[in-house]
Amino acid sequence: MDEFLQSLVRGLGTGSIYSLLALGFVIIYKSTQVISFAQPAFMLAGAVLVSYLSPAVSFFGAVLVAAALIAVLALGVERTVLRPMVGKPVFVVAIITIGVDVVVRVVTNAFIGLDVRQVGDPWGLTTMSFLGVEVQQRYLVMIGTTAVVTVALFAFFRYSRIGLAMRAVAHDQEVALAQGISVGSVFALSWALAGGLAALAGVFVATGAGVDQQLWIVALKALPAIILGGLESLGGAVAGGLAVGVVESLFGTYQGDFAPWLGPNFGLVAPYALMLLVLLVRPYGLFGKREVERL
Amino acid sequence: MKALKGRPELYTSYAQDMAFLNTRPKRAWTGGLVVFALVVPFLITDDLLQLLATGFVAAIGAIGLNIVTGYAGQVSLGHAFFLAIGAYTGAALSGSQTGRVIGFGITSLPVWLLASGLVAAFFGVLVAPVAVRLRGLYLAIVTLGLVFLGEHVFREWTSLTGGPGIGRPAAVPELFGVRLDRDNALFTAAQQLYLVMFVLLVIFGVLARNLVRSRVGRAFAAVRDRDLAASVIGVDLTRYKVLAFAVSSFYAGVAGALLFVVNGFFDPGSFSLLLSVQYIAMVLIGGAGTISGAVMGALFITLLPRITRELPAVLPFVSGDATGVITVFQLEAVLYGVLIIVFLIVEPRGLFGIWVRVRNYWRTWPFSY
Repeated sequence: MDEFLQSLVRGLGTGSIYSLLALGFVIIYKSTQVISFAQPAFMLAGAVLVSYLSPAVSFFGAVLVAAALIAVLALGVERTVLRPMVGKPVFVVAIITIGVDVVVRVVTNAFIGLDVRQVGDPWGLTTMSFLGVEVQQRYLVMIGTTAVVTVALFAFFRYSRIGLAMRAVAHDQEVALAQGISVGSVFALSWALAGGLAALAGVFVATGAGVDQQLWIVALKALPAIILGGLESLGGAVAGGLAVGVVESLFGTYQGDFAPWLGPNFGLVAPYALMLLVLLVRPYGLFGKREVERL
Repeated sequence: MKALKGRPELYTSYAQDMAFLNTRPKRAWTGGLVVFALVVPFLITDDLLQLLATGFVAAIGAIGLNIVTGYAGQVSLGHAFFLAIGAYTGAALSGSQTGRVIGFGITSLPVWLLASGLVAAFFGVLVAPVAVRLRGLYLAIVTLGLVFLGEHVFREWTSLTGGPGIGRPAAVPELFGVRLDRDNALFTAAQQLYLVMFVLLVIFGVLARNLVRSRVGRAFAAVRDRDLAASVIGVDLTRYKVLAFAVSSFYAGVAGALLFVVNGFFDPGSFSLLLSVQYIAMVLIGGAGTISGAVMGALFITLLPRITRELPAVLPFVSGDATGVITVFQLEAVLYGVLIIVFLIVEPRGLFGIWVRVRNYWRTWPFSY
């Protein structure tokens, strides 16, 4: 039972990282109808920035500064590269974000070098007893932070004027424009938000193990998460992220005993298999909106 | 016909307009290019020939991706998966029976080439039902998942793939009893492989061109432009989406089987997301929805590392080792990204679009429209 609870907490911890990333994907998707494949690069850049800043301004200061800087970077990318493409086919824009991802990642890699960089987080791999189960502190911190961030985001969308504007744009861009909402700034803001969330997620991934050039692969786990939850659903993104984390962790713990024929490390690709299964049953994800089309 | 001799661009029938090479300059250029390509192996060095041969194979794969993505509009990031299926089918069929990895010893090139294509096409048909239910970006992400699942299988199935970091020998190219990857009295290995790959590219290029200007190709285009409208006018969506995936995977399988023949060795790490992105880049940089564009894009992307390697001599701030502002490897990776972005923003029709502009300039010369 302890083993089960431990892997559950571990899964929820990594799952909350995926949730943060997935929220970024969904925020961008809702406002611009594009999936941004640049998220992995922003995540990596955020973690690297913290690893450079934390000796100077303490870990928590570094996280805030890095999230803000990556948000500005994402905003800049949106203004320069994505804005000229408004109205072009979504596939083309998505491919452009792959290009952005490659460029940002190569530049970031030059700052990582071949070593593993430490972000200087206070948790490391220390464990504590939580409800009678030994778990790593960092997982609890991840779950807690993600819960706070998610609630703050939902409150922002629900109660602030800008949040209302963003919901309006997500609903219908042209009508929002006609109501005097600056659709351009909504685009920019959603990229900035996604960039900040990615940076935060990057820091969490790097706690414990540190930052290396392969870190960006983790961000791709958020893709099955958003597909599971449905591309338009913020709640779905959080649920999808947690589900992906838990499935991955449980497979990592038990699959060796129950299904060894799947090969070691199947846990790492289990989310993709789960995604395929869910899509066969529900083509728009668990909470996605079924598109109604007319000619 | 005689009356038309002086007016070569006057078409009096639909068949003439849709002909394979419908204008006189097209016939001349195509003929010239083919002759040129056949002469090249006797003029340049073997390492360049090997690179070009790899480029021709990549072009076959890019044509395949272009059929499903450029013509039928179904975005696939899973091309690396189908390439891998083809590569392992070809390698396993032609591999030695006594080796460390699975092999059946059927070394005849046409046999394993066809088999690789068919097996890959089979997997394409398996995936297609998912594609029929999904559209747009959902499909892109699902096909991306396919790459990760495939990578896992190939990493773990060591009796087939040799395992990561070790790999296995590629398919053995033997045509009518002649080993193409060994020098013989007439040609060097590189010359033979170049010629064979070129002939195969021409065959598959012509087949693809004929497919896309047929009823099937028009159905693909209708599905791409608006699938709902296509189904209203009577295009069977399921059928054509499955067909597009099958044909595209067949091409990918063929290309995958040939891709490593030049190097002779490959490992499961080759079939990552990066490979899929490279093929997407080939299609987009070349020009989506054109066969010649896919060929141009594939050659361009294959030759890119070679071109960047020459750059340190020209640009002083680029260095071959870690001393300069930016190394060639970083430059190469950045160039992929930058080229994709620049092409999509400035010239969405890719290299083919540039060619069309040049052609139209001279066709209407001295008028500017």
